[in-house]
Amino acid sequence: MTVAGDVVLQVEDLHKSFGSTEVLKGIDLSVRRGERIAILGSSGSGKSTLLRCLNVLEMPTRGRLILDGEAVGKPAAGGATRYREAELNRLRARVGMVFQQFNLFPHMTALENVMEGPLSVLGRSRAEARRTAQRHLERVGLGGKADAHPARLSGGQQQRVAIARALAMDPEVLLFDEPTSSLDPELVGEVLGVINDLSEDGRTMLLVTHELGFAYHFATRILFLHEGRILEDGPPEQVLKSPREERTRRFLDRFTAFRF
Amino acid sequence: MPTIAMPELQFGEVFANIDLFLEACGLTLALWAVALAAGLSGGLLVGLARLSPRRWIAWPARGYVELFRNTPVLVQLIWFYYALPVLSGIQLPAFAAAALALSLNASAYCAEIYRGGIQSVAAGQWEAGRALGMGRLRLLRRIILPLAVRRMVPAFTNRAVELAKNTSVASIITVHELMYTARLFSSQNYIPMETFTVVAMIYFLLIYPFTLASYALERRFAAGRA
Repeated sequence: MTVAGDVVLQVEDLHKSFGSTEVLKGIDLSVRRGERIAILGSSGSGKSTLLRCLNVLEMPTRGRLILDGEAVGKPAAGGATRYREAELNRLRARVGMVFQQFNLFPHMTALENVMEGPLSVLGRSRAEARRTAQRHLERVGLGGKADAHPARLSGGQQQRVAIARALAMDPEVLLFDEPTSSLDPELVGEVLGVINDLSEDGRTMLLVTHELGFAYHFATRILFLHEGRILEDGPPEQVLKSPREERTRRFLDRFTAFRF
Repeated sequence: MPTIAMPELQFGEVFANIDLFLEACGLTLALWAVALAAGLSGGLLVGLARLSPRRWIAWPARGYVELFRNTPVLVQLIWFYYALPVLSGIQLPAFAAAALALSLNASAYCAEIYRGGIQSVAAGQWEAGRALGMGRLRLLRRIILPLAVRRMVPAFTNRAVELAKNTSVASIITVHELMYTARLFSSQNYIPMETFTVVAMIYFLLIYPFTLASYALERRFAAGRA
């Protein structure tokens, strides 16, 4: 059963090291269905790494990942977990991701990009994949660009196609890894607008971002990461306006240093 | 001052027997086609093996590539024709020995082209495919190889042209291809300069259309990207 409010994704004692550098130092997190979580933190805090561990694009060094009540991977020696490729593919088909650099397939048109997942992973027919892909392109306002290759699209348009591509898999959880960080400032708005419109679906979303204003309006919950740990976790109102931790306050102050 | 007598060129003699050379083109083309097809397909397998994170797959593949790239193709041919029967008791017909040696040689070179091409595809493409839930093989087939092959066309063309000329080495082990026919004809008629000039022209006419076709392919890919 998929009931709004039950736990859809859970991580326990998640650690991730790159060589001798420990980036995540024990993350415990329960994500309830329908939550929209914005993950904040300065660069190097581990926020992108955390997001990438949630669909195992990064292999966690230690810890457990539970999707819909089912643990992913088999426990191995030393608290590590062994993952099989087939299992990870099934997981990733249910946990979508939108990247900072869009990563559209350059040899395919916008429509073909959006069709690819349903076609080759979900085994949909070409006609059906085409129909849903067109619908998703229209949803992100690009119904007229179906036949354009990524090179012919602006950064904002490319990112919207990437969002449509992720949506086409109808994922239970959708991850956004700094989706506007590589866009020209005037293109940020259109992408954030599209992401905001997804709120009405009630889909579970996690968003790593530096757009504090957007996080405030979009998120139902905000995490503040610092040096590989969750330092603050609460509703936007509380975390952004009356943070408990000194570190959070200092981080927020840097964003509000210049006003007019 | 002594004058050097210039021999008269006898191209007429060569052209009178041009059918001999044209017939020999058949075997040259056959060798080329076999070795190129084997090189393109075998090279893909070896190239993928080279990229495997598993050492027991990657290392033998590397050993194979190094062995065939760092020894003369002439020696490889002689080896398959003369040494293999001694070691294994299998005596391959000359054409088969030449085709086998050239195929293995081409596979080694093509493997490196595939490896470089696949590695040149941005990591983000792998990630985007994996994030959709695509398995490694499907990702290779749908995303990585189509992108990589576009970049590999010039390198493959280069290899294929080289290979076409390398088929001439098969004359050493008596495959009656173009170069064998040329050597025989020139020694029988004592007109090496005329013979080999005409043969060079024939090689050019065989290979150049292929080069033109590959340019056209490059242009098509370039247009598709925009």
